[in-house]
Amino acid sequence: MSWIGRSLPRLEDPSLLKGQGRYVADLARGAAAVKFVRSPLAAGAILGIEKPDDGLVFTADDLVGVKAIRPLLHRPDYVPVSQPVLAKDRVVFCGQAVAVVVADDQGLAEDLAEQVFVDIEPEDAVVDFAQALGEGARAVHPEAPGNVLVEGNIRTPGVDAAFAAAAEVVALELRSGRQTAMPLEARGGVARFDPLAGRVTLYASVQMPHMLRTGIADVLGFPESDLRVVAPDVGGGFGQKMSLFPEYVVLVWLARHLQRDVAWLEDRRENFLAAAHSRDQVFKVRGAFAADGTLLAIDADLKSNVGAFSCYPVTCGVEPLMGLAELPGPYRFSEYAARSRGVTTNTCMMAPYRGVARPMLTLTMERMMDVAARRLGIDPVEIRRRNLIETFPHRSPTGLVYDEGSYGETMELAVKALDLPTFRRRQAEARAAGRYLGAGFSVFSERTGYGTPAYAARGMDIVPGYELVNLAMDPSGFVEARIGASPHGQGLKTSLAQLIADELGVPPTKVRIIAGDTDATPYGWGTFASRSMVIAGGACKIAAGKVAERLKSVAAAMMHVEPETIRLADDLAYAEASNQTLPIGEVARAAYHQSHRFPQAGPGLQEQALYDPAGTFSNACHACIVEVDVETGGVKIERFVVAEDAGILINPMIVDGQIHGGVAQGIANALFEELVYDETGNLLTASLADYLPPTIAEMPSIEIEHLVTYSEATITRAKGVGEGGTIGAPAAVINAIVDALSPFGIDLFEIPATPQRIRDLIRNAERTSHG
Amino acid sequence: MKPAPFEYVRPSSRAEAVAALATHGDDGKAIAGGQSLVAAMNFRLARPAVLVDLNGATDLDYLRPEGGKLRIGALTRHAAFHRPVVEGPLGVLLARVVRNIAHYPIRQRGTFTGSLAHADPASEWCLVSRTLGAEMVIANTGGERVCAAADFFRGTFTTAVGTEDLLAEARLPLLGPNWRSGFFEFSRRAGDFALAMSLAALEIEGGVIRAARLGVGGVADRPLRLEALEAQLVGQAPSAALFAGMGEAARDLITPTEDIHASADYRRDLIRTVVNRALTQAAS
Ligand SMILES: Cc1cc2nc3c(=O)[nH]c(=O)nc-3n(C[C@H](O)[C@H](O)[C@H](O)COP(=O)(O)OP(=O)(O)OC[C@H]3O[C@@H](n4cnc5c(N)ncnc54)[C@H](O)[C@@H]3O)c2cc1C
Repeated sequence: MSWIGRSLPRLEDPSLLKGQGRYVADLARGAAAVKFVRSPLAAGAILGIEKPDDGLVFTADDLVGVKAIRPLLHRPDYVPVSQPVLAKDRVVFCGQAVAVVVADDQGLAEDLAEQVFVDIEPEDAVVDFAQALGEGARAVHPEAPGNVLVEGNIRTPGVDAAFAAAAEVVALELRSGRQTAMPLEARGGVARFDPLAGRVTLYASVQMPHMLRTGIADVLGFPESDLRVVAPDVGGGFGQKMSLFPEYVVLVWLARHLQRDVAWLEDRRENFLAAAHSRDQVFKVRGAFAADGTLLAIDADLKSNVGAFSCYPVTCGVEPLMGLAELPGPYRFSEYAARSRGVTTNTCMMAPYRGVARPMLTLTMERMMDVAARRLGIDPVEIRRRNLIETFPHRSPTGLVYDEGSYGETMELAVKALDLPTFRRRQAEARAAGRYLGAGFSVFSERTGYGTPAYAARGMDIVPGYELVNLAMDPSGFVEARIGASPHGQGLKTSLAQLIADELGVPPTKVRIIAGDTDATPYGWGTFASRSMVIAGGACKIAAGKVAERLKSVAAAMMHVEPETIRLADDLAYAEASNQTLPIGEVARAAYHQSHRFPQAGPGLQEQALYDPAGTFSNACHACIVEVDVETGGVKIERFVVAEDAGILINPMIVDGQIHGGVAQGIANALFEELVYDETGNLLTASLADYLPPTIAEMPSIEIEHLVTYSEATITRAKGVGEGGTIGAPAAVINAIVDALSPFGIDLFEIPATPQRIRDLIRNAERTSHG
Repeated sequence: MKPAPFEYVRPSSRAEAVAALATHGDDGKAIAGGQSLVAAMNFRLARPAVLVDLNGATDLDYLRPEGGKLRIGALTRHAAFHRPVVEGPLGVLLARVVRNIAHYPIRQRGTFTGSLAHADPASEWCLVSRTLGAEMVIANTGGERVCAAADFFRGTFTTAVGTEDLLAEARLPLLGPNWRSGFFEFSRRAGDFALAMSLAALEIEGGVIRAARLGVGGVADRPLRLEALEAQLVGQAPSAALFAGMGEAARDLITPTEDIHASADYRRDLIRTVVNRALTQAAS
């Protein structure tokens, strides 16, 4: 009997559901409260900072010897910029930390912060692409006069010929509004100073504890061993919690400087202003099609607003360079030209957010397919059939190698689930009654679980990717796996326990996963980019396999049989041939306490394993049915189908949960969430009264179909599944809206498709049709 | 997200509350459900030096029909209206409207009169009060005065309630048996403030509209009652064409406000729709 494939209730849940989780705020007892004083302006020179006479207030001048955060990419077209941990001389976005205060409690800290007055000589803010890239634009950073921090270019030899030969050229300009990841728990940290060891322990709500330790130690200039970073229970991250933020550097500096425990618990407004944003992209794309709908070539100009700084360690290249590399998506064409730029502005820094670049590039390709289908008189499903990749490994025009997938199959599954012919009849009847229904599809690839080669190819100075696991069975037969990945809500501990349980023949309840503590885990890269199941899972499988070999060797010696004849299951070691059994706990105890009997196995049962794969592509098709209220522009999602293939499902319930959450964030991107800056760089949507994540009332129930393709690219046969929901949903929703509004001849190229935007398009269409 | 320091007093009757508001004058502020005020204080947009907590003044906790009016005391929560509070059309109307106000937990605390005193332009109770011609009972140490809804709402977050005043009660006229109501609101998500909403009440006898009340909210600095259109409705038979025409007339009458969620053009479109749909529901 296998534990893999079972929807085991999550081992994490009993404590979380009973309110016994330990988040950063639960660990702040007794610590002084820290509050940051933030710039009210987007751009300007700091003329002076007035501090109150009493109270602990620190500014950049106090941070003697503290370096700036300076993420690097080794590419000729990358301009590094330095981010001081407290603004010095000038501010470059509204919300940038300028000073920090410390007081006995949060209320007093806020009272004190109010008394700090920052005198800023304002400058014109550069907020959007037009301002940043226009003639004579003011430079956000003097180092980058054209406001481009990173640029990538690619051009295959036959692009021009393909366009010349095209029967139809489709030119589109797509725009995605700015989003924020909105974890339920905002950022925060508690830095505890140990006067005996002179060491600081930082409890922080983060996804990458080891990287944070490296970053802080480098910026503050002390050995890493002077700092321990612990990520306790973390209330969601979605990418927002993987970068090195100035606040954590300041927090550790304060603990060392004051020799005192300090806590910073970010409030929602700060999270809006200063955590990290995402999306805010404009993709201008032309597609060359043959008359039969075959896509021949794509020519793209991709712009990503990366905000005021580059995020550490992945840098501001993350969005633009992924856009450049992955725009071709699940389609087979071979001629590709693209220019992709990361543009700096006086807005909050961009960092990875679930999906990174792919929600927008999927929207781009899927709108492209629908528009081409309409122009060429081909059914939207049929045009995809003619272009989806179907032989593997597939090599994309940018050189990415796709392992086995089921692109066409998932689409057919989704089409069947929607029962398209019946829907088309219902759609026609509804239209006759003045109701507008539409169906939309979105097919995409989700590159997951990639190791160092993928990051090295980007020219990263810090190359993440591998995972190490230290796995031990203790003398009582329980297993501890110490991982460098850092789960924060994914249920990874349960999935890994299932995987390890199968290798070692013990129940998952005897497997403890230790994560998120730099003192207790091997150096690793944390949890992001749909990597942990694939990479940490792969390393766990290898390590557990090695421990299983040791166990078998000891058990074989104890039962006087050959190790190959031992099978581990049901917490027992079976000697198949001689029909003997030994409890695994007994074997484990012998391995430690009677090691002199097993010289060939050596003492103990512990192993380290490394896994660093090239990566694997999951794939899926999202399909949905919407109804548009053409008078209000309101959209109701009637059905939402996800047909996906992420290889073997270790825990199907957890996989479904990842899809549900991802789709919710994709629907948010499609219809609801938008951060809006005014022309001075002031954020107009800095509370949940104006920034609108969908609630349960706006969410459809999500129907999920699974296909399983066995891929050689991952040793567990499991592919990543963390981001697909977010990637596919916007395009499916928007295509469905456009289908619903086809009687008006309306096309939509901007997300979120708010009621106002939809209504504006309908009003214009009504005007033109009425002459 | 912590309020600026403040003092706190908790009077135990209406008279004590009135006295406390007089004592603290400009420095004092009443708190009822706290569902608007506490958020404003946490953002430090409101910084009252003294909070006068009305929740101990139990003689403000009443809700009863009397003399042709529904008398709503200052501690009546939104949730009280989840089921019809009086026999007849008014109770049905209020139950229909209340579900559009915020979310369930907020409705357990927020008060009817708190909404009126706060005067958010998109408050449902403000629209109801204006459209149906409510009377507000305003008390201070000098006694009490009754203010008509038409004079009560003075602009965004601005009313006839002065710094030393307590809004002690609101009175809604009970509606006779031939009245029916319709309410339609458009908001971005369930529970959000309306981008536009309309309340219609029609007295229909023998297939003809005998009297009408029609209001629009969320589109101007205060709720609007469309008396000119009410007059046009009277004497007509309800019909789709009539109501569509009313929607268009309302749209043409109003110069709407703009914000990041709705431009003036968009709000005009919404006005047409919400008025049409509220009237249609009332007649159905
Ligand atoms: C997430 C959210 C969504 C919401 N959505 C809506 C919505 O869709 N529609 C809607 O109408 N409201 C909405 N609200 C507001 C809610 O209805 C409030 O409860 C209401 O506006 C104020 O009532 P309160 O009793 O909570 O007043 P408080 O917050 O206690 O007070 C508000 C103001 O009124 C004054 N005040 C209160 N009572 C009196 C009195 N008796 N005399 C004099 N002054 C007084 C206070 O001094 C203060 O200035 C929402 C609130 C939240 C938090």
